[in-house]
Amino acid sequence: MKIILPIILVVGTGGLMVLALLSGGNARGTVGVAGGSAVFTPSATNPQLALHNLLIDVQRRHWDHAYDALSKTSKADKEDFIQDCTGSNGSLRSFSSLEGFDPRPLHITDDQADMRVALHWSTPVGPIEDVRDIHLVREGDVWRAVWPEYKVPMVPAEVIPVTYLRWDLVTGTADDQWGSKNVDAPRVRIISMNAVNTAEGTIVMGEVVNEDTIPAFVNVNATLVDGAGSIIDEETSFDKIDHILLPKQVSPYRIDFPNVDLNKVKNVRMDVKAALVPASADPVIGVMDQKIDTDAQGKSVLQGDLLNESGQTVNISHVIASFYDNSGKVVWVSDGYVDRALLPQSSEPFAVEIPKSVSQKVQNFHVVVNQFSLARS
Amino acid sequence: MRHVIPICEVLCFLGVTAPQEIRAPQEVVAGEEASIPTTGSGKATLYLFGPGVSDKRDVSLGDDIRLPGADLQNAGQYFAVVCSSACRSASFFVSAAKPSSLTFMAHPSRVPVAEGDAISGVAIPFDKYRNLVLSPETVSFRLSAGKSSIFSRSVPAADGIAWFRAASGKSAGTLQVTASLNDLEMLRAVQQVASEPCNLRITGERNAKGILVRTEPVHDCAGNPVPDGTIVTFTATADGEKSTVDAPIKQDIARAQIAASGLAVISAASGVVMGNELRLGVR
Repeated sequence: MKIILPIILVVGTGGLMVLALLSGGNARGTVGVAGGSAVFTPSATNPQLALHNLLIDVQRRHWDHAYDALSKTSKADKEDFIQDCTGSNGSLRSFSSLEGFDPRPLHITDDQADMRVALHWSTPVGPIEDVRDIHLVREGDVWRAVWPEYKVPMVPAEVIPVTYLRWDLVTGTADDQWGSKNVDAPRVRIISMNAVNTAEGTIVMGEVVNEDTIPAFVNVNATLVDGAGSIIDEETSFDKIDHILLPKQVSPYRIDFPNVDLNKVKNVRMDVKAALVPASADPVIGVMDQKIDTDAQGKSVLQGDLLNESGQTVNISHVIASFYDNSGKVVWVSDGYVDRALLPQSSEPFAVEIPKSVSQKVQNFHVVVNQFSLARS
Repeated sequence: MRHVIPICEVLCFLGVTAPQEIRAPQEVVAGEEASIPTTGSGKATLYLFGPGVSDKRDVSLGDDIRLPGADLQNAGQYFAVVCSSACRSASFFVSAAKPSSLTFMAHPSRVPVAEGDAISGVAIPFDKYRNLVLSPETVSFRLSAGKSSIFSRSVPAADGIAWFRAASGKSAGTLQVTASLNDLEMLRAVQQVASEPCNLRITGERNAKGILVRTEPVHDCAGNPVPDGTIVTFTATADGEKSTVDAPIKQDIARAQIAASGLAVISAASGVVMGNELRLGVR
């Protein structure tokens, strides 16, 4: 009797371990796995399994194992492959982890396969989806992924003169007498507002301008009021606005009210708050080659390239775009983060989605870039 | 005032009897001593009530009751009740002393040039006990830029407040706004800033990286340079693609590098002001 119970426990534990190793399937829910070892990986006898094994290794950061599983015809060397997956230069990707993935085959023959995989990254600014097409080849009995070339932008050594321009705040040292220390808050104005009903709820969007000669930290609030005058909900623009507006700068804003039907809303109260903040006019980021196109998934997107015209690295870029109809009304505001760092004088592509219902109406657009630099935070 | 008669009634009910007569002082200034003449004889009790003040002490009827300045520092209505065989009351008003400080607020702290009624100022005189001075003192307001005077006006205070409105000047820079009353003078600064850009003009040239486009020095219609940091948005359209750069003005000029290769149409805007359009062909 003394021996039977330990034997049952050991056998039961061993059985559970084997069961856990064999159960693959959906890779979601493994957030935070950064170490450990793959005790058992099924042989990649088909392209789906090969891609699955590879992405599990990427998820667990088993770089040796993952790189060994790639085809020798891959153009990426090991360091590039790792940087492609982990990011560099303090980019958003370097603070992200692969939460899950959804692969689907595009084209499969006996020796070749093309797979499309949606990579679900968990990031500090929320989940980000990255869609990639990966080519796989059969080498003997094993399928291997051909990892595309990834080149980390090489920045040549150069000196970039900067006419440093920034605003500092000085708190007056005069006595506390009324009126002796007042500096007015920046003058900002909402120049357009549009409320639309969507399947997810009500969205209030528009644009705000800093009309003053000093920088402003801006936040837009909206309150939905029903027919009886009662408040239904109130929200702020949160990160869907370029908060720091330099003089004469215009930013889109968007405020989401999930699960609120616009038909029940009688009135929308808008409120813009502006505060005086220290700010810098650098870096300047150009938005090049903007055009509305269709992406690989058939979605309508506004895409282009962000060009860092300054001499400092921009770690995280946030693109906010407003879309106008032919009368100049803002019909949609969309945003997205770029998960690669913007090195000095280099560019990175971006794309923000436009809903199908809106894309037909869009005649023009305006893009602003919000940027975060670790060196200045 | 409503409490005086009930207070008298309460004091009389408690057995305190009335003096023959008391007379309120005519003009009392805050912080200065005053006296209340009484008639009759014997001992009595003085009750003094005023803004932030209450006092009770024994007095002799027939003598003047001396009220020290320390008891009369707050301007407003005071009540004196003297009780012996009966209670008698009198009220008097303590007015503010001569102005010893001037509170001055000028608004706004920044103003575009050449705007009518854009600058306002309010001055409020107080005495040394922080009482609002209600007498019609005359406050002089003066606006000056550097050594030149732009505006000057003397305004009598009404109910303790003097104010003015004035147009902003034509030149950007610091505007000194002064309010003075007798030997008191308060100084505030209003920053006059350039108005909207006027005649925004751009030039451009191709270089190895694309197109380098820049504005001519950006001024308002009065010739003031638009403040550095003001955003100028350059927009280039080439081959059906649009490129935009929000570039800040630095040393009167905004410049941007645009990566456009084909025939490009470039425009610039700052706020609501549009600039000229530039066409650059293929290199």
